[in-house]
Amino acid sequence: MDFRLLLRNPIGRIGIIVVLFFVVASLGAPVIAPGDPSEFVGDPNQPPSSEHIFGTDPQGKDVFRQTVWGGRISLAIGFGTAILAITVAILIGMTAGFFGGLVDNLLTLLMNLFLVIPGLPLLILLAAYLAPSTSTVIGTLALTGWAFHARIFRSMVLSLREKDFVAASIVSGEGNFTILFQQILPNMINIIVGSFIGSLIYGIGAATALSFLGLTEMTDVTWGTNLFWAQNGGALFSGAWWAFVPSGICVALTAFGLSLINYGMDEITNPRLRAERELAKVVKNAALRRVRATPFVPRAH
Amino acid sequence: MTTSQPVLNLCDLYVEYLTARGPVQAVNGVSFSIAPGEVFGLAGESGCGKSTIAHTILRVLRPPAIITGGQIVVKGRDVLQMDDETLEAFRWRDVSMVFQSAMNSLNPVMNVGNQLADVFIRHKRMSKREALERASELLIGVDIDQRRLSSFPHQLSGGMRQRVVIAMAMALEPALMIMDEPTTALDVVVQKDIMQQIRELKRKMSFAILFITHDLSLMTEFSDRIGIMYAGEIVEQAQAREIFNNPLHPYTQGLLGSFPALAGPKKRLTGIAGSPPDLVAPPAGCRFHPRCWVCQPIEQVVKPQLREVLPGHWLAAHPGMPLPPGAA
Repeated sequence: MDFRLLLRNPIGRIGIIVVLFFVVASLGAPVIAPGDPSEFVGDPNQPPSSEHIFGTDPQGKDVFRQTVWGGRISLAIGFGTAILAITVAILIGMTAGFFGGLVDNLLTLLMNLFLVIPGLPLLILLAAYLAPSTSTVIGTLALTGWAFHARIFRSMVLSLREKDFVAASIVSGEGNFTILFQQILPNMINIIVGSFIGSLIYGIGAATALSFLGLTEMTDVTWGTNLFWAQNGGALFSGAWWAFVPSGICVALTAFGLSLINYGMDEITNPRLRAERELAKVVKNAALRRVRATPFVPRAH
Repeated sequence: MTTSQPVLNLCDLYVEYLTARGPVQAVNGVSFSIAPGEVFGLAGESGCGKSTIAHTILRVLRPPAIITGGQIVVKGRDVLQMDDETLEAFRWRDVSMVFQSAMNSLNPVMNVGNQLADVFIRHKRMSKREALERASELLIGVDIDQRRLSSFPHQLSGGMRQRVVIAMAMALEPALMIMDEPTTALDVVVQKDIMQQIRELKRKMSFAILFITHDLSLMTEFSDRIGIMYAGEIVEQAQAREIFNNPLHPYTQGLLGSFPALAGPKKRLTGIAGSPPDLVAPPAGCRFHPRCWVCQPIEQVVKPQLREVLPGHWLAAHPGMPLPPGAA
């Protein structure tokens, strides 16, 4: 997986730009939106103005500050969840797939257990009983999100361990963990990165949902708590759309950008997709009808 | 051979593969025709476009492959002008194909009988019972016991699987059968059996064959005429014996020099220096010129056309290339 390849791919490039925009905005929050985002700056529900460019929310807080600062914890939760969930998924999934037998049976049972437990109720339950904090949210989300990916990694390893290069490593006397992490893991990089981005989206979305339900630390400023306070103060009833639209758009755009990166990666790892796009262009230029056969695109030679 | 209409007439065919680096010119202006009952061989090293031509005749290549010019006329009809329905009827009924490895062209979860019967059910709208009956006739035709109808591909040997695939290709009695390296995965003894079988069947059913292989000795043995391909172009075309005994193009000479002869004095194998060109940016003029040892200055600029230098012997080279006496 070459990062430059992703930059050269138009879809992937847009995705990276969008995601980088939000990451940079969050990191640069003290410069972009100086001041405490929880500070009460003026009258509630003021529409966007030169003083408060995104207006103020029902509590009289500056929405622009809240939106920019909110990205910090939201993105942190997303990345934290993804790293934790995927690490657990790699360890458990690959172990299950590679060693097989009783180990596989027990670990698969564990995965199935977590797969059949409905995610959102468990999330709410855990979030309600544990002390609300950022790390609690990350832990809960990772706990409900790892099993799906572990399942995928397990089946990947199941098929990869039958390949000749694995047999060759066994014959040449390499240890199990060398084989697992040096021979098999590199072959799964694209699916691992795909899963990582998938659980990043899940982490950001689910954290927002939890906050919106009021199940996280409410003094933190995140995109989710912004939505909670806007809803709490009846922003919709008083027509203060500016209180909730910015945070909502941020969550949606981040997820959108991440999905684009995933699509871009898909095109890189599966060159046929890219070729088909090029072909569509050629066929369109030649004003041809598509048939289920090799296309005939006459050209002067 | 005969004065009748050729089964296949390929005229100035161009095929490209679209890639991020630009189109790969895999087949570049290839023309040849095959008479009824004739065996035409296409030879050349890996990646020279032999298989691309084979697949293009049936138009089974998927994008990124596109045909960018030429004509493929089979029994008087242009394949490139056909729509989906016509193509569906045309494939297998007029031209069938034996793919490179038989192991992969049979469905592992369907028994042999059902796979053979499928051809009849799909193309001839036969009942299942009738189709199975025809399938068993086909199997007997390739010397396989009809009890094998209920066998699955993995229960058959490589040679038997290849016979099944050949039987399937003959099912609708096509006028032309394309054989894309039909014996590459088999050992020489089985290979000989299969080739004899094909010859036998050909005598009975008189179909023409487009035979593709890089095994030159097998090809000379089996074909009537041979076209030698290099980098997407035919560089020499003649009767099989003529190619073998009197190769004129330096590439053909190099190719023949890379195989040990069974009889005759021991000779050191020569081979050809260098490697095939990048077809995204092929060399100008004659595509073989960077590896050629009798190259003239003009070859590097102007692409030589195929011309008849001896009766029935076509060569892509500019006049002035050293040729044996008698050749023009």
